[in-house]
Amino acid sequence: MEDPASPAVSLAWIVALPFIAAAILFTLPNYARNLAAGVAGAFTLLALGLLLAFTPDVFAGLVPAVAWPWLPLAGADLGFRADGLAFMFAGLVLGIGALVVLYARYYLSSADPMARFFAFFMLFMGAMLGIVLADNLILLVIFWELTSLSSFLLIGYWQHRSDARQGARMALVITGTGGLALLAGVLLIGQTVGSYKLDVVLQSATVLQSSSVYLPALLLVLAGAFTKSAQVPFHFWLPQAMAAPTPVSAYLHSATMVKAGIFLIARLHPTLAGTDPWFYIVTSVGLATLVVGAYIAVFQHDLKGLLAYSTISHLGLITLLFGLDTRLASIAAVFHILNHATFKASLFMAAGIIDHESGSRDMRALNGLWKYMPITAVLAIVASAAMAGVPLLNGFLSKEMFFAETIGLDSFGVFSVLVPVLATVAAGFSVAYSMRFIHDVFWNGEPIGLPRKPHDPPFWMLVPVGVLAGLCLFVGLFPAVAIGPLLEVAAASVIGGELPYYSLKIWHGFNLPLIMSVLALALGAAFYLSLQRLFRLHDHVHIVYGGRQIFDSILRALLNGSRAVIRWLATGRLHRSMALIVAVTITVAVAPWLTPRAANAASLTLAINVPPLLATVLWAVGLAATLGLLWLHRDRFTAVLLLGGIGLIVSITFALLSAPDLALTQLLVEIASVVLLMLALNYLPARADPLPANASRRWRDGLLAAAAGICVTVAVAVVLTGPSVSAVAPWLLANSVPGAAGTNAVNVIIVDFRALDTLGEIAVLGIAALIIVGVLQDYRPRRSSISAEKLAAAGQGFSLMLSMTSRALVPAAAVVAIWFFLRGHNLPGGGFIAGLVLALGLLLPYLARGTSWVEERQRINYEAWIGWGLFIAGLTGVVSLALGYPFLTSTYLTPEVPIIGKIPIASALFFDIGVFATVTGAVTLALTRLGRVNVGPR
Amino acid sequence: MELLLASGIGVLTAVAVYLLLRARTFEVVLGLTLLSYAVNLFLFAMGRVAVDRYPILRDGLAPTLANHSDPLPQALVLTAIVIGFAMTAVLIVIALRSDAEFGDDSADAGRADEDAR
Repeated sequence: MEDPASPAVSLAWIVALPFIAAAILFTLPNYARNLAAGVAGAFTLLALGLLLAFTPDVFAGLVPAVAWPWLPLAGADLGFRADGLAFMFAGLVLGIGALVVLYARYYLSSADPMARFFAFFMLFMGAMLGIVLADNLILLVIFWELTSLSSFLLIGYWQHRSDARQGARMALVITGTGGLALLAGVLLIGQTVGSYKLDVVLQSATVLQSSSVYLPALLLVLAGAFTKSAQVPFHFWLPQAMAAPTPVSAYLHSATMVKAGIFLIARLHPTLAGTDPWFYIVTSVGLATLVVGAYIAVFQHDLKGLLAYSTISHLGLITLLFGLDTRLASIAAVFHILNHATFKASLFMAAGIIDHESGSRDMRALNGLWKYMPITAVLAIVASAAMAGVPLLNGFLSKEMFFAETIGLDSFGVFSVLVPVLATVAAGFSVAYSMRFIHDVFWNGEPIGLPRKPHDPPFWMLVPVGVLAGLCLFVGLFPAVAIGPLLEVAAASVIGGELPYYSLKIWHGFNLPLIMSVLALALGAAFYLSLQRLFRLHDHVHIVYGGRQIFDSILRALLNGSRAVIRWLATGRLHRSMALIVAVTITVAVAPWLTPRAANAASLTLAINVPPLLATVLWAVGLAATLGLLWLHRDRFTAVLLLGGIGLIVSITFALLSAPDLALTQLLVEIASVVLLMLALNYLPARADPLPANASRRWRDGLLAAAAGICVTVAVAVVLTGPSVSAVAPWLLANSVPGAAGTNAVNVIIVDFRALDTLGEIAVLGIAALIIVGVLQDYRPRRSSISAEKLAAAGQGFSLMLSMTSRALVPAAAVVAIWFFLRGHNLPGGGFIAGLVLALGLLLPYLARGTSWVEERQRINYEAWIGWGLFIAGLTGVVSLALGYPFLTSTYLTPEVPIIGKIPIASALFFDIGVFATVTGAVTLALTRLGRVNVGPR
Repeated sequence: MELLLASGIGVLTAVAVYLLLRARTFEVVLGLTLLSYAVNLFLFAMGRVAVDRYPILRDGLAPTLANHSDPLPQALVLTAIVIGFAMTAVLIVIALRSDAEFGDDSADAGRADEDAR
């Protein structure tokens, strides 16, 4: 099909208008019934008008299309295309939509929020139009899911009814799962064919069918289609969906949404069909659905239930026709789509009228309504007759074509007999339930216990039913005139090639299909009458065990399984979470090394060189301290001391392994940590009670710990004995002096090359200190190892030696701190180390004289230091920004100082001042706050 | 030398993990401190250890990796040590508060029974 000369933007408007209408309707108040219906109807008719404007183009064989780029990486455009099939479906959606809008206006009672109803309705309509008009598969899937969602909203419209809620939920779960399968199938198709655009996909039958993903893709796409179109075994959600208001059933669950699956099968027919798997799967499913649906329908007592199962059966018929995979069968299928939509929608509306006017849907109670609502009865009889396949109506014509296609399947073994026979049987059931619908409701005695006196509904409520029934008659009498051209272009899109010869005449002569029709009529009538007379049909309650119960038990099993997993995994207890984290980390770290290829790559070159004595002694002491910590951890005082020892060993290790800055920092931090832990131990029990004796847990923990240790050891050993690969380090070393005027490469990195990281880190420090201040604000400890009286007595000359020394040490500490700070850029030192030294110095008086004594005499606002530090550090960055350089660029000067000579001063010095201030403030805060705790009685 | 360092880090990690699994607040603090030592050493070791190769540039010594150790892991570990201390302080303070509120120094103090969910 050739593209037209100009893009058809109004195609996008056709899809957009219902969404706009929905947006408007969401803002309307719920009592504005006429306004809401008017808005909905107007937008629908407008969209219909836009669609009909394309009629000449489409009938000429052109394919109007338009597209905007949207998700180029995903291969999805926002594009729409209207070939014959899309045109026909869009017309169905909009035409029947307009009629249902009119019907719904009169159906919904004044208690129902009408604006909301029409908003959801329009939402669905837009989504459905999106499915049929989309020009690529991804867009189709998106709109597909949108129809599932809006259908959920519509089925659950009467929220107060539990059957509505359950039906909505079941529909959503099933169609949603199908949508997921469809997405997977679409992705497979797109990857194989190379594009998601329908124009490409529809030409790629050979590519797809010869690839190995054909069967999975077929199964997935069919899963999506079958769940949406309620085919066996996924059919059980449709009867549950009958809890929706009747306009919803008439629109979604007979004419449009359930046809979406059929549409998908028709749409992808050129690409997926023509193979054996297609034939066997689709034909079998269609046949099963056709027969099962028709049989169950006969025994339903609910009007809408009967129509629901009848819909399932007719959808099975259409599926069967697509499965038969001949060109004439495809034409018959398209024809039946049109016919079924027409008569089923009108039947649902008639059922709704009966329900609305008489208050009941139960056919056992509804009898003899012919006297009370004659006009409704006539329209219903016409539609029913079309459903049964009575001549001179549209249903008869498509049934005849259907019968014609079921004959002559010679090459498919048992199918050649099975299909025609079962088709006739199912047609017989169809006649039976159609007769039941009419006879049981409009005749068969007097009504039993109806809440209201039935009568014909208002005129405007009958109009939609009448229009559709009239269409059934019109198409049945003059098919070539009524839908000839439409059928031709729609079928051409499905077949994708030459249309075979077919005729839409009413009379084809005495042939086998005619005999089958007559047989079906006779059998069906006999079946119904015998049930009625002989078997007391009304007392037979057909218990359908099947899908619904299986669905419920699957859901229940899933929920129970999930709860069990959560109870095992996510208990919220620290031990379980920690053990899981460690176990999973070890597994993930070790797993890649277990493949043979990795094991070959890792070589542990063990150079047997004797390590120096110092290193060995250090190692031995460290090991002893660690194991001692493990043994003695319950005696907390000893544990803290051992921890301090281990920290010291680590510091010396850093010094030995040529990291002087690290050694200094570790030493200072170690001191601070020990002080902190001692202060905390004051308020915690000094001896921990042994945990409840659980030997197996101890062993498990021990095993996990040992595994972690071994993994880390092996990792470090492999890395250390392997080659060194560092791309950045040479650059950093080479540029340290020329770029930043500093010979201490580590400090240069911290305050210059990676200053932004440091800015973040001192911010974290500040926040941590403020957290400590906050948490300790209202802290009243349970116990204290030093009693309150002793603490009070501590303020007076508690430790004379310490207080005298601290008087000298504090200024000395300040000088040392400033010395470390100034020399940091060129020798080991820097803002962090200086800050720690100063903080520890400032801590001394607190330790010597107690917090209250110190704070009476000296009120340093350490929080302000944190703030100012961050401000200064940030300011250096902002200044460089203002000068046109990136944030935190630094520069340096080399001013000439008399006698000393040239001194390189880098602007990173100011940044380091900020670091200095923040670190001092934060660490002092963290350490001194614990001293302010009130240990009086609670 | 490398094996000494590797085994040292391994033992630290093992003891740290064991203490963490004891699930009492103070033991968790001890465990985390040990773990931070181990991790700092680990990160530092990734720069390949060497004796007498300070990252301080001196005149006459070419600024290459042959004469100096890798400064980048050292810079990272330096800030890590300080922040680790800050986090230890926060943890201790929370442990104290938890002990005061719930009267129990277990790490799961005050937790409602999850099985009721």
